[in-house]
Amino acid sequence: MSALLRLSGVACVRGGRLLFEGLDLDLWPGEALHITGPNGCGKSSLIRLIAGLLRPAAGMVERGDRLGLADEHLALDRELPLGKALQFWNADSHAAMTAMGLADLAEVPVRLLSTGQARRARLARVIASRARLWLLDEPLNGLDADGTERLEQAIAGYRASGGAVLAASHQPLGEGWRQLELGR
Amino acid sequence: MRELRRGFGGAAWLPVAFFLLVAALVPFAVGPDARLLERIGGGALWIAALTAALLPIERLVEPDRADGVLDQLRLHNVAEESVAIAKIAGHWLSFGPLLVFAAFPASALLGLGPEPLKRLLVSLLIGTPGLAALSVAVAALTAGLPRAGALAGLLLLPLAVPLLIFGAAVIGAGGDGPLALEAAVSIALLAGSPFVAAAAMRAART
Repeated sequence: MSALLRLSGVACVRGGRLLFEGLDLDLWPGEALHITGPNGCGKSSLIRLIAGLLRPAAGMVERGDRLGLADEHLALDRELPLGKALQFWNADSHAAMTAMGLADLAEVPVRLLSTGQARRARLARVIASRARLWLLDEPLNGLDADGTERLEQAIAGYRASGGAVLAASHQPLGEGWRQLELGR
Repeated sequence: MRELRRGFGGAAWLPVAFFLLVAALVPFAVGPDARLLERIGGGALWIAALTAALLPIERLVEPDRADGVLDQLRLHNVAEESVAIAKIAGHWLSFGPLLVFAAFPASALLGLGPEPLKRLLVSLLIGTPGLAALSVAVAALTAGLPRAGALAGLLLLPLAVPLLIFGAAVIGAGGDGPLALEAAVSIALLAGSPFVAAAAMRAART
């Protein structure tokens, strides 16, 4: 069994400021890692770095080629019904919509979704992806109790099937998460 | 497909209406002298086509950048170059063919005869793909910048001058020389723009 993600000696510089350096990290199938730290310590940058959207200033990032990323962007066509918009990314997204309680909204245009519904939709986009590693940036923001519970169930099922999750959040994410505090 | 739908979804008639409006304004500006109109008509229509291509430029790349679609495409291992090519094809399909149709009434407004009209159609068919490619490259270069629309105009119009010169020359003089040069410029723009646009999309990531 090999690690789904391996960071060795990674450093990140944004706007001329060193956010972190010498970061070593392994993430194995079934694992979940909770990144914490004060605002501006580089949590979101770390996620974008792992996703390949930023280049590390030093060190190596090794990962598989299928990732699911839920950051602050929705990345769904606003004019399309939600079901169709999700299908653009993954042909079979019905199960993911059901998992996040969005099945009734399949015909509603994305632009008419409420903030919370849009938050659920961006998580459904990741759940529908057949990625082995999920990167979630503040996944609980804007979710109600039901949404939080659904996400926890989805993550539990995903980990049981061999997926790994890396989430940056200020809120507690439940049991069974390894912690990593940035900015110390 | 997605690019095509977006192109048509977002008021595709606007550039064409703009093109026709400019064509209708020229006779008012220079007077009803038929010979003068026929002489400057081709150039005027090319200027109209340029400005029409400029209209949707802010919608080409920026919404996808701002909404994270470009990031997600990267995660799905779609190269930025492929994204740029899809955008060029979608942009051209949403304004090129319509512009060619609009050239019929526009040439009537300027009193162009059947022979110049034929040359106008050929020159638009050859030139507009290059124009679409240039538009996408400029849209990618200016995506995310403040006052991107004005900046895009300042960038696109000078770069489109070769296309304008040879495109208008095809209508005015005819012959193979200007046509070959227009095609060369158009092909060069089509070949280079995807790489420029892709590099710009990568550089715009923060």
